[in-house]
Amino acid sequence: MTPLLQVKGLTKTYGRHIGCRDVSFDLFPGEVMGIVGESGSGKSTLLNSMAGHVVPDAGQVIFDTRDVGPRDTRAMSEPERRMLSRTDWAFVHQHARDGLRMGVSAGGNVGERLMAVGARNYGAIRASAIDWLDRVEIRADRIDDRPTTFSGGMQQRLQIARNLVTGPRLVFMDEPTGGLDVSVQARLLDLLRGLVRDMGLSAIIVTHDLAVVRLLADRLMVMKGGDVVETGLTDQVLDDPQHGYTQLLVSSVLQV
Amino acid sequence: MIEISDLTKTFTLHNQGGAVIEVMRDAALSVAPGECVGLVGASGAGKSTLMRMIYGNYLAASGRIIVGDVDVATAAPREILALRRETLGYVSQFLRVVPRVPTLDVVAEPLLALGVPEATAQARAADLLAQLNIPRTLWGLSPTTFSGGEQQRVNIARGFAHDYPALLLDEPTASLDARNRAVVLDLILAAKARGAAIVGIFHDTEARDQVCDRTIDVARFTPGMAA
Amino acid sequence: MSDYNFAYLDEQTKRMIRRAILKGLAIPGYQVPFASREMPMPYGWGTGGVQVSAAVLCPEDTLKVIDQGADDTTNAVSIRRFFERTAQIAVTTATADATVIQTRHRIPEEPLRDGQILVYQVPIPEPLRFLEPRESETRKMHALEEYGLMHVKLYEDISRHGHIATAYAYPVKVADRYVMDPSPIPKFDNPKMEMAAIQLFGAGREQRIYALPPFTRVVSLDFEDHPFVASKADHPCGLCGAQDSYLDEVIVDDAGGRMFVCSDTDYCAGRQVDGHRGSDNKEDAA
Repeated sequence: MTPLLQVKGLTKTYGRHIGCRDVSFDLFPGEVMGIVGESGSGKSTLLNSMAGHVVPDAGQVIFDTRDVGPRDTRAMSEPERRMLSRTDWAFVHQHARDGLRMGVSAGGNVGERLMAVGARNYGAIRASAIDWLDRVEIRADRIDDRPTTFSGGMQQRLQIARNLVTGPRLVFMDEPTGGLDVSVQARLLDLLRGLVRDMGLSAIIVTHDLAVVRLLADRLMVMKGGDVVETGLTDQVLDDPQHGYTQLLVSSVLQV
Repeated sequence: MIEISDLTKTFTLHNQGGAVIEVMRDAALSVAPGECVGLVGASGAGKSTLMRMIYGNYLAASGRIIVGDVDVATAAPREILALRRETLGYVSQFLRVVPRVPTLDVVAEPLLALGVPEATAQARAADLLAQLNIPRTLWGLSPTTFSGGEQQRVNIARGFAHDYPALLLDEPTASLDARNRAVVLDLILAAKARGAAIVGIFHDTEARDQVCDRTIDVARFTPGMAA
Repeated sequence: MSDYNFAYLDEQTKRMIRRAILKGLAIPGYQVPFASREMPMPYGWGTGGVQVSAAVLCPEDTLKVIDQGADDTTNAVSIRRFFERTAQIAVTTATADATVIQTRHRIPEEPLRDGQILVYQVPIPEPLRFLEPRESETRKMHALEEYGLMHVKLYEDISRHGHIATAYAYPVKVADRYVMDPSPIPKFDNPKMEMAAIQLFGAGREQRIYALPPFTRVVSLDFEDHPFVASKADHPCGLCGAQDSYLDEVIVDDAGGRMFVCSDTDYCAGRQVDGHRGSDNKEDAA
């Protein structure tokens, strides 16, 4: 089976400081990969390098495109990469404000990606928006409200709806539950699990929260100082950690 | 269905001075379809460890763990994930769930993961929960607030939702009263009858005698422990 | 007699502006940056239009200047006098007689012909500006033809007002490529933008020039189920009776009395000369 994403030797440095070094892995359709590590471990750099937000110094990010098969996204032209990030890819930011247009209504936010790929029927766009708001458990009567009037959890769910409306196959998430209340986190995790399963999504989730990866991720990579120190099935890495740093990380958490 | 040979396991505790603890050496086990093998041995001898290794939850240091046609000890993560989804079920001692998911959905989830339509999956889940005497009024609630025995029954229901060809059961009858224990044993016998290969840990000797065809004492594989 | 170069600007500046105009004509709707000069009127008073006019005027040209359709407002008079003084060219109020027409916020009712140039005064050239404040981002959006956001604006209008409420500066897609702000002309004028004359757009403060060659395809953005309508007030002109010209609403007394008259003063006057009369323009009231 062709991997959905093949990352090979991805490296990003900031002068002498190592962002991420020589990271390689394959991701298959329907898999969720968690990347954990403490602040400064390089996990966000890795995510941003894969998603094309930051230009890596070396390595390839090969995505299995719908029309022409596996292609190195680093070698793509910018229009192609931007088109990819609007259709087949999605990026859920840690702060919903970075991933939403705060001055545009919820419906407009969800509909934007549809309009960006040519949707021209107002009624159909609005119906899609209502459907997606329902899926992320936002009441339909909020469709014309701006995200500034939403709570943090609702903003995050709106961001997810906005990203998933074009049916992407790969979702990047940067601390998706960071900054949310615990009960709100639970709701969001449940939602994400359901969507991943129902839509057959693959996802790469960066977080420092081991409980989140336990619940969401099939596989796990542990990063320290820019290197991947351990990788494997999530439950195996958390229950039978091999690397000293992973053992330290797991034993430091109150309850995993 | 399950073939284990030359299985070895060590734990290396890097943060405790690099202490190396060998917990299993040259384990071997074979389970045919329709068979139920009970793991016995003193506490700490390695019963749960062996079970977790079969599931891929613990890494093997060396050896082979063949389940169906997959060697869990060396398989790629996605192969093990597929195995867990379709072939190998595991009922652990702990119920770990996403908070606030209703019990019915917790039990239906293995079927949903296989692409079974929601209505069918929920019907099967309802059937199992009814058999295990979980009151209907609780089906819409998250099991995180249930008693130990109720959680265990939800765990079992989830484990039996899909007809796995291979099953790992870690203390399935612990915390259950006689009535529910009987239900669980019936489920195990039904699974055997349809050809499932089962490995189980039962502290309850009566239950063990009822369902297990034979037992294996894991102390045989534990270095430093007399058989 | 004046100390100024013909039409105020020096020849090198005119060359620079002409180069920008040529680029704009070659890529219809694309905003060409240019080095906007200090002009003897403040920003916001038509310096972009004036610079473009200055660059294209020749001694043989006849200039007409209108402001919201009228030749006789302060600004129109002021700019017309400016060019009379610095270029000594002929001026007119008759649309048909002009070779260069500088306009603020209207297109003349009378169809323009081959050989005429229409120069628009533009405040904000970037149609996406109010949705996306970053210039770096809007440039990319134009370069990559990423115009989904423009439709978001229209979507927002419909969700808020039930219809596309944009009444002027209605965005258009030109030559099937660039989305352009036609300047704050009423949307009623948008269809006129497919015309035989050359159209040049100058934004002095924002330092952009863009252009449309004759007969460029201009499509007003809309939704399938909310199509573009070039609407105007549902009245005839009170002075000349015209049914199909854009109207100004004029308050005539302090009792709420009002009258609708053609915004294009030359058009209205011409119709009256031809004998057309509106209901507010009886012979004996003159």
